[in-house]
Amino acid sequence: METVATLAAASIAAGTPMLLAAIGILVHERTGVVNLGVEGMMLMSAIVAFAVTHDSGSHALGFAAGMLAGALLAAVFAFFALVLHANQYATGLAIALLGTGASAFIGLPYSGQGLPARGADGIAVLRDLPLAGPVLFGHHPLVYVALLLVLAVAWMLFRTRAGLVLRAVGESPESAHAVGIPVRGVRLAALLFGGACAGLAGAYLATVYTPLWAENMTAGRGWIALALVVFATWRPLRVLVGAYLFGGVTMLQLYLQGIGVQAPSQLMSMAPYLATIVVLALISRNPRWIRLNMPASLGKPFNPNA
Amino acid sequence: MRLPATRLALVPRGSPSLLWTWASPLLALGLTVACGMLLFGLLGKSPWQAVSMFFVEPLASKRGVAEVLLKATPLALCAVGLSLAFRANVWNIGAEGQLIAGSIAAAAVALAGAGSGGWLVVAAIVAAAAGGMAWASVTAWLRDRFNANEILVSLMLVYVAQLLLSYVVHGPMKDPAGFGFPQSPMFDRAARLPLLLDGTRLHVGSLLALAAAAAAWLVLARSVIGFQLRVAGLAPRAARYAGFSSRRVLWTTLLVSGALAGIAGGAEVAGPMGQLTPSVSPGYGFAAIIVAFVGRLHPVGAVAASILMALFYIGGELSQSRLGMPSSLTGVYQGLLLLFLLGADTLIVNRLRLRAAAA
Amino acid sequence: MSAVPRLALRGITRRYPGVVANDGVSLEVGAGEIHAILGENGAGKSTLVKIIAGAVAPDAGTIEFDGRPVASADPAAARAIGVAMVYQHFSLFDSLTVAENIALGLDRRLARGELAAAIRAAGERYGMRIDPQAHVHDLSMGERQRVEIVRALLAQPRLLILDEPTSVLTPQAAEALFATLRQLASEGVSVLFISHKLDEIRRLASRCTVMRSGRVVAVVDPRSESEQSLARLMIGGQPPQIAAHDTAPGRARLLVDGLRLSEGGEALSFEVRSGEIVGIAGISGNGQNALMALLAGERASPAASIRLDGQPVGALGPRRRRALGLRYVPEERIGHGAVPELSLVDNALLTVDRLQQRGFVRAAAAAAYAGEVVHRFDVRCAGTHARAGSLSGGNLQKYLVGREVLAEPSVLLVNQPTWGVDVGAAAAIRNSLVALRTRGCAVLVVSEEIDELFELADRLMVMAGGRLSPAVAAHGLPVDELGRWMAGRWPTAQQ
Repeated sequence: METVATLAAASIAAGTPMLLAAIGILVHERTGVVNLGVEGMMLMSAIVAFAVTHDSGSHALGFAAGMLAGALLAAVFAFFALVLHANQYATGLAIALLGTGASAFIGLPYSGQGLPARGADGIAVLRDLPLAGPVLFGHHPLVYVALLLVLAVAWMLFRTRAGLVLRAVGESPESAHAVGIPVRGVRLAALLFGGACAGLAGAYLATVYTPLWAENMTAGRGWIALALVVFATWRPLRVLVGAYLFGGVTMLQLYLQGIGVQAPSQLMSMAPYLATIVVLALISRNPRWIRLNMPASLGKPFNPNA
Repeated sequence: MRLPATRLALVPRGSPSLLWTWASPLLALGLTVACGMLLFGLLGKSPWQAVSMFFVEPLASKRGVAEVLLKATPLALCAVGLSLAFRANVWNIGAEGQLIAGSIAAAAVALAGAGSGGWLVVAAIVAAAAGGMAWASVTAWLRDRFNANEILVSLMLVYVAQLLLSYVVHGPMKDPAGFGFPQSPMFDRAARLPLLLDGTRLHVGSLLALAAAAAAWLVLARSVIGFQLRVAGLAPRAARYAGFSSRRVLWTTLLVSGALAGIAGGAEVAGPMGQLTPSVSPGYGFAAIIVAFVGRLHPVGAVAASILMALFYIGGELSQSRLGMPSSLTGVYQGLLLLFLLGADTLIVNRLRLRAAAA
Repeated sequence: MSAVPRLALRGITRRYPGVVANDGVSLEVGAGEIHAILGENGAGKSTLVKIIAGAVAPDAGTIEFDGRPVASADPAAARAIGVAMVYQHFSLFDSLTVAENIALGLDRRLARGELAAAIRAAGERYGMRIDPQAHVHDLSMGERQRVEIVRALLAQPRLLILDEPTSVLTPQAAEALFATLRQLASEGVSVLFISHKLDEIRRLASRCTVMRSGRVVAVVDPRSESEQSLARLMIGGQPPQIAAHDTAPGRARLLVDGLRLSEGGEALSFEVRSGEIVGIAGISGNGQNALMALLAGERASPAASIRLDGQPVGALGPRRRRALGLRYVPEERIGHGAVPELSLVDNALLTVDRLQQRGFVRAAAAAAYAGEVVHRFDVRCAGTHARAGSLSGGNLQKYLVGREVLAEPSVLLVNQPTWGVDVGAAAAIRNSLVALRTRGCAVLVVSEEIDELFELADRLMVMAGGRLSPAVAAHGLPVDELGRWMAGRWPTAQQ
């Protein structure tokens, strides 16, 4: 039973970066924009957060810097995709490649470095409760922030006018424009939010989850986050479930390796990626269902002057 | 009298500008070079050295030119295949995985046939093509049968391929006489690609790349499947109206691009490397995506752009060994090139105008 | 002195690449006046009203509203001074409710309850009843138009603009709309509407601005003009005549038997004989496109549900059906019937299968074929290597119809043959369909334009809600009876 509790707690922590990245992706995909650059954005914000935390000693500053880095790259994406009307998919790929390369370059002096120590995570006393303690109360504040963020996005999307506007833009930017909604402005705001979330995810990875810097340390989490949003059919609460499940898959294979299950570690490490493929296939099987839930203008170019 | 306020606006053209279709990559290249010079300057080196390291030094000797062509070979092979796929709107982002799969297959055949001599290299390259095709077919099947997005699936398979490679060189294919290093035994001479030019490492694989480009050009320009592929990418509804099979386009483009990527992987291990190691590819499969775009998704453009990209790689290596600049800058330049290209491409369909702004 | 006009445009000019959409246009609409803009496709009407609504900026000219100059191209500013616009293609969000859609279009914020009450009140007052909680994707085209109109009315406009408002309405629904518009005019709201339907303009409008090729050619009182005089002003000459027809139909070439548009839908059955034109009337969106997709082979159906010359073809794709003599001109030219980025020659390769041989394209034969089409069907273009997207609507449609006709079909399906096409090209296309019929082809025409069907068809059916009426002789049906049929109320077998 205790191992289950430990596994559950670890899954939540492992799923948090994907959750953060995915909720940001969900918001901007709801306005009809596809930004494939998440992996690169997470890597850039990881190294920026690590560097700032290392050089300044402040974790909070590191998080802020990470968010800024993510938002900045999102702004670059927005310029190319929204102002220059470049193909969204190719632009996202370019950002991913650029972020991967630039982060490797910036990170050179930081590999092998350590970070200043943090206090213990979680809420004192409560975290020491048996079983429920570590699962519910023993996490880094960002885990709770991520959870609250998901709930806030869910409320915003379906209960406020801002959410209405977001969903309208995603369904038909032409109609939204005709009705006077500033489509570009809405999409930009959504992209910046997505970038900040990816930034938080990268910062968490590099300064809390595994406090070190290594090239490509996100190992595909950004891509998995993109797939997560599809599984969740663009609904925030489903993203929550999906992210923690994926955290679980990652933790499970590590645990199995740890207890000496006889299989090569590399093959075990394939688990999250294979799981992503399987779930993606199962979810996409019914094209009508996807079409019904997907923001109708996703990925399509929108040029009101044309 | 007040002057009307003006602003820069992008105004759509009536039809795409042929001039800008070919000028845009040059503009993007210019901007990237400018950034490179800036970066060199910021890091305390002379900006002109940026130009010389990347564009002059690599081409200064016969051996240098051969190295550039050698580096361009896997890029061109992958990019030719990707040009076909992207034109058909089939986004095969996992060429890197298909390349790795091809290299594993080639190594397996080369090692299994050790000592048998003869045309082992042919078998290895064929196996490489088959390996790449098999890897790509997973993506094709999942898209065909389950409608799963090929971008995400092919990308996930890249990570799987990398882990597979790691497993294989640490385990089943590890050289028992290799002091525990994760690498395979060296291949026999019979499993190595013949050299083209004495004193260089340039091998037959480059001819394969040229042949692939020529064949792809013929297919695109003259064949029915090439036409169907273009229509599928430009207007899928028209393809359905015409009765073109989108399934056939999907499988053809994925299998062909997978096979070419696989051959690229096989040519790397049967060519300059001579063995299977964890570092078969420094991201060729991803760089090839950029090459395909810069080459305007045209097989001939892909060849030219692959040479350009090879200069980036070699320039990066030279900058590191001679000036102490980090080689990871190459990745930065590649990303910048694609980004600037996408930006410059807007001028193909839009004109920059000074417009009277709202008063 | 006459009162200050509600709206005054002077010298409005707007250019697009390759065309001057509006050239020095001047227009005046008085308070409480119902004013029509008449012109054929491409005359510049839509551009003009978009400029009035602030969606597009003019290159030159001034706009005055109630005597005060209007500064800029800004939809919000236009709405603020009292301009409301109902577009031909609605700006609605399918997945949201009526109330949410209207809320998005209103500049002032209303609480949910207030909004629902206001929607119901406007509906009662103007005869535009809609349910605020209904989702838009469940509504019919007429109901969707009501949502747009109520949304416009809730903003308390002083000028209401409608672009081709009756194109999606049955004749009866159109009458209801006219009653609403007359009521609005009596309350002092000015109404400006675009139409090419001469009889409606004569019934509704007190003044009419006629546009041709981007310029204003006349401003008249339509009530004192005849349909012929209005038509002459619109096209600048005599309308072309359609050749008379006098052939007797032969055997059935296309036989549809128990074809369902969707699972659980009604089973459709009809036939088209050689030497006849069968028309399907009805507003777009009632199943016509699904029917055509099934007949053309873009969607599969049970093999025996569609027969060509007796042979079951339901399971065959478009290529095999073309080999058996069935050809198709779809409704949408751009992206469906033709690929705009490719040349006219390349576009011939889409459906003319004999231009291929053993997996390769016969380039010379393709160029010759395209040249033949351009020559015989008078397609104005910059040569056969011009991009299909560079042709005007009428010329591209002539090319697409010609591409199919030249391949000598035994059965031709045409969906909206003259939609968005200028009058000259429309007449040429209709003539080529008639010539086909004379040569013994079986032709099936789907069209929204009742007049066109009366001109062309020997027999008529009406499509409504996925169901097909019985076929009747084209001239045996008076217009208001046809209107009832279009609402789905035709006599069934029991009556």
